[in-house]
Amino acid sequence: MKFNKLIKATAAALSLTLSFSALAADTIKVGVLHSLSGTMAISETTLKDTVLMMIEEQNKKGGLLGKQLEAVVVDPASNWPLFAEKTRELISKEDVDVIFGCWTSVSRKSVLPVIEELNGLLFYPVQYEGEESSKNVFYTGAAPNQQAIPAVDYLMNELGVKRWVLAGTDYVYPRTTNKILEAYLIAKGVSPDDIMINYTPFGHSDWQSIVSDVKKFGSTGKKAAVVSTINGDANVPFYKELGNQGVSAEDIPVIAFSVGEEELSGLDTAPLVGHLAAWNYFQSVESDENTAFIEQWKTFIKDDKRVTNDPMEATYIGFNMWAKAVEKAGTTDVDSVEQAMIGITTPNLTGGIAVMNSNHHLSKPVLIGEIQDDGQIETVWETDGTVIGDAWSNFLPSSKDLISDWTAPVSCGNFNTKTAKCSGQNF
Amino acid sequence: MISLVKHILGITLLIFSFAISAADEVELDLRQISQQLVGAKLKALPVIIKQFEAGGEVALPMLDAMLKGRLFIRKSDKLIVVGERQENGDYALMDALSAESLTALPKKQLKKVKVNNRLRMQLRDIIARVTLFSADPDIRESAVRNMLNKTSKDNIAMLEQAKNVETDSSVMELIDLALAINVLTTSDIQAERLSALEIMDGSLEPIVFNTLSTLLAQDDAGNNLEADKVIREKALKLKNSIQQEIDFYELMEKLFFGLSLGSVLLLAATGLAITFGVMGVLNMAHGELIMIGAYTAYVVQLLMPNTLEYSILVAIPAAFLVAGAVGVLIQRGVIRFLHGRPLETLLATFGISLILQQAVRSIFSPLNRQVVSPSWLSGSWELNPIFSLTYNRLYILFFALLVFFILQLVLKRTSLGLNVRAVSQNRGMAKAIGVRTEWVDAMTFGLGSGIAGIAGVALSQLTNVGPNLGQAYIIDSFMVVVFGGVGNLWGTLVGAFSLGMLNKFLEPVTGAVLANIVILVSIILFIQKRPRGLFPQKGRAAE
Repeated sequence: MKFNKLIKATAAALSLTLSFSALAADTIKVGVLHSLSGTMAISETTLKDTVLMMIEEQNKKGGLLGKQLEAVVVDPASNWPLFAEKTRELISKEDVDVIFGCWTSVSRKSVLPVIEELNGLLFYPVQYEGEESSKNVFYTGAAPNQQAIPAVDYLMNELGVKRWVLAGTDYVYPRTTNKILEAYLIAKGVSPDDIMINYTPFGHSDWQSIVSDVKKFGSTGKKAAVVSTINGDANVPFYKELGNQGVSAEDIPVIAFSVGEEELSGLDTAPLVGHLAAWNYFQSVESDENTAFIEQWKTFIKDDKRVTNDPMEATYIGFNMWAKAVEKAGTTDVDSVEQAMIGITTPNLTGGIAVMNSNHHLSKPVLIGEIQDDGQIETVWETDGTVIGDAWSNFLPSSKDLISDWTAPVSCGNFNTKTAKCSGQNF
Repeated sequence: MISLVKHILGITLLIFSFAISAADEVELDLRQISQQLVGAKLKALPVIIKQFEAGGEVALPMLDAMLKGRLFIRKSDKLIVVGERQENGDYALMDALSAESLTALPKKQLKKVKVNNRLRMQLRDIIARVTLFSADPDIRESAVRNMLNKTSKDNIAMLEQAKNVETDSSVMELIDLALAINVLTTSDIQAERLSALEIMDGSLEPIVFNTLSTLLAQDDAGNNLEADKVIREKALKLKNSIQQEIDFYELMEKLFFGLSLGSVLLLAATGLAITFGVMGVLNMAHGELIMIGAYTAYVVQLLMPNTLEYSILVAIPAAFLVAGAVGVLIQRGVIRFLHGRPLETLLATFGISLILQQAVRSIFSPLNRQVVSPSWLSGSWELNPIFSLTYNRLYILFFALLVFFILQLVLKRTSLGLNVRAVSQNRGMAKAIGVRTEWVDAMTFGLGSGIAGIAGVALSQLTNVGPNLGQAYIIDSFMVVVFGGVGNLWGTLVGAFSLGMLNKFLEPVTGAVLANIVILVSIILFIQKRPRGLFPQKGRAAE
């Protein structure tokens, strides 16, 4: 009797698991690879929530290809090698169809070999240093020519800046960006004496000497500006020191590439007012899409004080593009979706249209804004239209002949236009 | 109408006061101009703002509010108002021109008049010209200082006018300087230029040095831009003497930076000098005790929102008590069971540090919290145009020394201090003569932890208050204590300041990243040579 019961129970359990797996086959799995713990959790948790919000909305609209979307969230814990392991887990074990993830360039570099080996699909939503184009990655953040170069143009032409401080945290993104900017400035006729480059460790807090140097550098009568690729935490003491030493935004403006609404929400904005930020999106931009997006975000996160920022917009665009491409391809197969992605358009949040180009980079408007005392950034200048993201900078000797084009007949991430050869290495 | 205003302005400048009726008329006129701000594009603003200059001091509150981003348009009737945010989030309003108070409104019913850096520069110039004849000599001085760099023809004419009526000697000096620079760069008469150089002698204003540098510059072919040899020689002499002074003040500045960094290190390390130095406990959670102090400052600030200026003073004892209590808990709960087992203590306290970090993340969120700097801790003390000391660093320097000397007093002059020294030098003997060693251990650990908490309050004024705050200082703290000599408080003092100095003198040469590495390597080498640090314990205390 007991034995009978056991068999029955086992059978029931078995049928249950079977039906579950049958159900699972009817969903499209979306991997979310953002750090939920460790130093990057501050920034990346927001993007995880953005993806979840987008999935929820898509499911309300009836999902994709008649199937519901299912999020698979993993935590790579701000640990770069773990990003590679988690990617392998997502693709091989969880069998996800697409991954939204990464923030730092070093985490992306860690994921690259895995995602190429297993032929996965990654949407990367953060501004980065360029010099890369993989068949398996779509870059929805800004390339240097969509953020750094226009920012420098703005300072040079609109504010008449003649002397340049390139200050950054000591890692790959600032170093590459500053290399590009230095080459660009010299090409524009700036003398090397008028460029000061400075690197500081992560979380640097004693800015006395550097700010004092900047002050001296800027007091020679020529207008000076700081182009800052200083990362995260170190910004607060930096701006504080600027304020205390009496350097105002009118005298020496600082234009930052890593300070957005999210970062500003955690700090005393008084010493930052008037300093600049360059992005492709600000929460303050007035457009119908943006109003709806902010509304949706605040409802989803159940907090009226939360802000939106540029990487969120990049996630929004990336997700909508992927959804469109899946509809267009009629499948979630990586190769078909990859080809369908190119040329896809979707509205961005600033009232324009985002286009996915054949080099896997977006066309984006570039906005320069001034930081306000309420932590918002007001646009003071923007490009006339959108700028096409350039994977390989034209200002670096090593990459000026390279282009990326993932459509036939080139189908290559780093095609050398001089030798007409594809190096075959995708990054 | 405009010409009338100009006329009125001219008279005002001469007789120095506004006739009441004229002021009314100017106000009416300004009101018309100010209405142009409604719906104006950012690009159109410079033209509109320019017209305000004619309004003289009547327009001043409006220009000032615009500069500070406090100028709003009341949506209901498009009136231009100055708004100030109140406690409840509404804005207290007053008419921008008549300064009449109006009913407060929420932000939604106001539209901010946009400003950007370019407008701010323009506003500053206008304010400088308008306030050049102000009654307050300080305002006049900043007006002249602003005009120093922009010696346009109009400005020079105004400065010459101002010179005739100026009574304050320091403002007069600045005016003379501005005029001298103008003469030097525009005049052809040698005698005039030489006397201009005479006036510029000894001035540390950056503009003087820059003017001299441009004067002495050579073109690409190596020809002097300045043809007059006498002027050149005189200018060169002047430039060299200024350069000498600049070098001197740069050295002073570096010394101050070194002292300041040293004081931060001292604050962070003093607590550790007690728990690790005197008691010999390898406390890896020391950084987190600093962090707890910083968060206490944040909580205290939340509790007293109306007196933010002084919350930091309340936070100091509060942080001492909170961090001290946590320290006693750690000592009673964990460390006392691990007495004499350094490796286990190290691992256990490391675990505690992780627990404390995660606890803070759960309670306060992983985002950084903001501790407001009171106004008396912001800004800098300007000794001369090229040398100034920032107040927050200055206060922290004195505060660190104060804490250190109070601690010395406690250890040397109180019975607790006597007990602490007795237990740390010979535990067995102390116990034998009736010292309650367990109690002394707990109190000592609490004292060290409390001081770490105080350090956290000071650091909240310099850096981010976040869960990782402590991590940034734990290595530095150990470095200072080991370098100075374990068990010797004076060693900690000397160690902290020498590491601070070393860092600040290396940084301009090597950059911040390499400076850290160089210091770490040199400490390793130093410890190889002198394993007991700068001031080793001697005699029986050394065991």
